[in-house]
This record gives sequence, structure tokens and C-alpha cells, in this order.
Amino acid sequence: MKKRDIILTIISISVLILFLMFANSRFDSYQIRILNLCAIYTILGLSMNLINGFTGLFSLGHAGFMAIGAYVTALLTMPAAVKNQNFFLQPIVPWLENVTVPFLPALLIGGIMAAILAFIIGAPVLRLRGDYLAIATLGFSEIIRIVFTNTQNITNGALGLKSIPNTTNLWWSFGLAALTIIFMLSLINSSYGKALKAIREDEIAAESMGIGLFRHKMLAFVIGAFFAGVGGGLLGNLLGAINPVMFRFILTFNVLLIIVLGGMGSITGTVISAFVVTSGLEYLRVLDESINLGFVRLPGIPGLRMVVFSSLLMIVVIFFRNGLMGTNEFSWDGLFALLRKRPSFLKREVGR
Amino acid sequence: MSFSLFMQHLTNGISLGSLYALIAIGYTMVYGILRLINFAHGEIFMMSLYFAFYGVAIFAMPWYVSFIVTVIITCMLGMLVERAAYKTLRDSPRITVMVSAIGASFFLQNLAVVLFGGRPKAFPTVQIFTDVIKIGTVSLQRLTLIIPVATIMLLYSLLYLVNKTKTGMAMRAVSKDHETARLMGVDVNRTITITFGIGSILAAFGGIMWGMKFPQIQPFMGVMPGLKCFIAAVIGGVGNIYGAVIGGFILGIGEIMLVAMLPQLTGYRDAFAFVLLIVILLLKPTGIMGEKISEKV
Repeated sequence: MKKRDIILTIISISVLILFLMFANSRFDSYQIRILNLCAIYTILGLSMNLINGFTGLFSLGHAGFMAIGAYVTALLTMPAAVKNQNFFLQPIVPWLENVTVPFLPALLIGGIMAAILAFIIGAPVLRLRGDYLAIATLGFSEIIRIVFTNTQNITNGALGLKSIPNTTNLWWSFGLAALTIIFMLSLINSSYGKALKAIREDEIAAESMGIGLFRHKMLAFVIGAFFAGVGGGLLGNLLGAINPVMFRFILTFNVLLIIVLGGMGSITGTVISAFVVTSGLEYLRVLDESINLGFVRLPGIPGLRMVVFSSLLMIVVIFFRNGLMGTNEFSWDGLFALLRKRPSFLKREVGR
Repeated sequence: MSFSLFMQHLTNGISLGSLYALIAIGYTMVYGILRLINFAHGEIFMMSLYFAFYGVAIFAMPWYVSFIVTVIITCMLGMLVERAAYKTLRDSPRITVMVSAIGASFFLQNLAVVLFGGRPKAFPTVQIFTDVIKIGTVSLQRLTLIIPVATIMLLYSLLYLVNKTKTGMAMRAVSKDHETARLMGVDVNRTITITFGIGSILAAFGGIMWGMKFPQIQPFMGVMPGLKCFIAAVIGGVGNIYGAVIGGFILGIGEIMLVAMLPQLTGYRDAFAFVLLIVILLLKPTGIMGEKISEKV
């Protein structure tokens, strides 16, 4: 790394920290919540991009892993009194009632539980390819949701959990998002990352070069699930209430959307598009509310937001197939080249 | 369990299975020709229910006119979805097409919320079909017997179309190899659009009968039947029409019997399909009737 780049990186990180401090003290709770959501979706997007974008496994099971992370974190951080309030239909199982741990260990346990489940699921499922893998992982995530709906004395069933402590704040979400970015960057640039990309490009060629397909696929799947669990835990403790319906397929789709728009196989693209998509989805809420133009009052149409959003998505997918960044990454050189109006905006990645 | 109760459940299972089979055929045909899951198929099914509902309830058409109009409009909708979400991405990576298809499915769902409202509506009942008849000790709706018969009739007309007509020959050719079919003078795009249309016609028939059997419609009702019917197609061997029908029956009867025999597992009814899917994928990844595909290097 050049000296200039190191300085620029340090400057931009300190600008970000200053911005967060400013946001924490001045922004209202709605804006802070959107910022938190952006950071959480960054984590979720990166974890899914590792599986779908870098390794080329078409997995649609993200909502299930997030559900595990969210429930484990919520149940571990809720004090016993709150738990008893929640479980009024059937009492909570005794071994869970009095367990309360701090936020960070709870998040990690949530992530590890998701990773363990991914390991168990992965053993049979990762032998499948393409659409079959997609539908099998989707099936598993639905099974997780259905099990959570039916285990009344562990997850409180369809009622969900309420008054989860609001421990997620800007520092937690942005800190963990930064850690995720650093982890993913170092993973992708390691020999493991190269093996994963080789599997994405051509499984048979990769296998004949001596890359253990199953081991590497499992590695990506388990790590992706871990971060999905952590992201889910952050999300649950941000929103304060979770229920099984939240973790339907549409949640997986939101994350998939982020990585497709940002570019499958680009960390920069995922980060940018996580922010754009999440805040965009929030600000499109205008469409659902009634608009007062002074002389005429347009009544709001519930659902219009999602119609506009899904049509935008289809337009982007049809006309910009590689997403925002393709498989390129941000670099200071690329940025300066852009500023000097040179056509080669970003450093082309090797092999693509 | 007494014999008459068992027969009651069995007839229920068979009619549910027939509905699954009808929708599953749509999946299997599209998969056979494009090697893609048509994620929007469940939503096309849902739209057909709304078309039939509006035909009868708002435009006050007699039920048979409304049902015919429904089938035609649904067919057009299916072709439109193909033109918008699939044709434009014919040579793109599969994941892009998949995302576009999922996008189309969410678009239709939310369009239904905007156009028809999110509140559930009651599907119009047609007396001739919903009357209860008694055979021995088993009492059932006439519909329960009509559905399997209609399914078998539709299945045979479809098989005639696929095996005996020129369009069917074109469909079979395209499903083997797009390029070669094109060189032989087959209009590939038109054939694919027709396949979507036929799948949608079957989804419309399935939808109408579904609406009469479970008369409550809402915009998100297509998701679960959609997923389950794709699973039915996979269980039977995706790409194979007989397979889809067999898969549909296994799924429908299995689901009803699970709830009937083990009532404590009622909450896990929807999970049954997924568990079955995973078991089948592990034991015989190509499904019961699917042919083995070896990978070319």
C-alpha cells in the first residue's frame, strides 16, 4: 500500500467516526434507525455475497440463519422478568428462563448456532447444484421458520418476542459491519478466497486443480451463515420485536437484491448498494402515505412502494446485468483515475 | 381410524394432489424448456383466482363465462411475464434470470395488493360444484370428485399437444437444445412463450378449482402453493409431465394423511413438503421419473 493511500484511508475512517458521533447526538431516532439498518444490511449482504457471489452457490436460506441469530440473541439478552411477560400462553422452558448474557457473547452465540446449523444442513445440501441447491436451502429456511412458529415454549410461537432490549446502536452496527468488511477482504484475498472464486468460475476445472470442492463450499456456507446470524441478532435487538413471519422469503430476497444490484462478487458494491437500497426502501415509504400537494390531496395506496421497488429492481436487473460494480473493487487509484476522467474507473480484477 | 373416515381423507388428499399436479405441470414444462424455476408461477395462479373473482362478483358474468375469460387472461398474463422477465435476459447468467423472475413474482404480489386490496376476499361459490353428495358412508363435495377427473382430462389433452402436434414437437426440440432447434427452423422464442402460456392455462384451471375448494383469496396466497408445487415437480423428476402429476399426488395425499394420522403435527403441515423434498433430493436427486443428466466438461 502506498503512503498516500494509508493516509487517505485513515482520514476517511476518522471522517466516518466523526460522522457517527455527530449522527449519534444530533439525528432523530428514525434517521439513526435507518443508519443502523444500512450497516446491518451491509453485514447481511456481505455474508450472502460470500456464498452466492464469490463461491457461486445459489443459496436462498439466509432468512433462516438470520432467524436463528435473532432468536438466540434476543432470548439470551432478555432479562427473566421480560421473558415471563412474553411467554403468557405457555411458560418458557426452565433452562432458558434465567440465562442472561451481555450483548456481544449473545451475538456470537447466535452466529455460532447459525453456523452449526449451516454445517449440519450443508453436509447433505451442498452436494446439490444450481436451482436444486436454491430450492433446498429455501426449504430449510422455511422449515426453520415453521419450527419456530410451533415451538411455543422456546420461541413463543407465532406471538414472537417483544420488548427485546434495544442494545443495538450505531457503534455496534457500524463496528461489526467494519469488522465484517475487514474479515471478508482478508478472506477473499487469501488462498481460500482464490479457491472460492475458482469454484465459482468452473467447478470441474477447480476440482481438477486440486481444490477440495466440498470443503471450500462448506467453509463459505458456514462463514456466511455465521455472519447472517450475527446480522440477524443485531436486527432483532434493533427492532425490539421479532416474530416468525418476519423471516419469510422476502427477507432473503431483500438481501439478494442488495448483492445483485451491487454486483455479485464485489465487496464495495455490496456496501454501497446496502446503503442505497435500505435507505431507498425507507424513503419510498412516501408512496404509501397520502401526499398533500396543497390544492389536491392524493390518498396513499398501500403497497405501491413495493410495486415501484420491484419494478425498479427488474429494470436494473434487465439493463445493468452486472450490477453497480460487477466484480470490481474500490481502490484509491481507481478513484483518482475517475477524478482525472480516465475511462478505466476501477482496477480490473484478475481473471475476469 | 374407521374406513369411511379414511376414505374421506383419501378423497380430500386426491383432490388436493390433483390441484398440486396441475400447477406443478406449469413448473415442470418451463423447467424442461428453459432449465429455470419460474418463480412467478405461484403469482400467476393467485392472479387467476382474482380474475375469476372479479368476473363473477364485479362484472356479474355467469360463472362459466367468467372462468373461460379467466383462463384466457391468465394465459396472456403468463406470456406477458415471459416477455418481460425472461425473454430480455435469454443469454444472461442463470442467477440474473432467477432474480428477475423473483422480482416479477414480487411485482405481481404487490400489484395485487394495490389493485385488489390486502384484505382476504370470499371466492364465489358455484352451487353445482359445491353441493355435498353421499357415497355410502362418505360424504363429500361434488367438487372433490370433479377435480381429479378434470385434472386427468387436462393431462391427456396436454400429452396429446406435446406428443402429437407440431407445437408440441417444437417444444420437445427446444427443451433438448435451443441452438439445434433454431437451426431446424423452430421459432425458439415463440415456443418458449407458448410453453409459458400453456403452463399458465393449467395454473388458471388449478386456481379456479382451488378457489372453489378453499374459498378465500388474498394477494400472498400464491407463495406456499407455488413452492409446494415446484417441490412436487422436483419429487416427480423436473422436466417430466408424468413426474409432476405423480409428485403432486404424493404431496397432496401425504400432507392430508400426515394431518389426519398425527394431529399433533398439524402445525408442521407446510414443513412436510420441504422435508420430503430434501429426502428425495438426497436419495434420488433427479426425482422419481427424471432422467440422469451427466455433466459435460
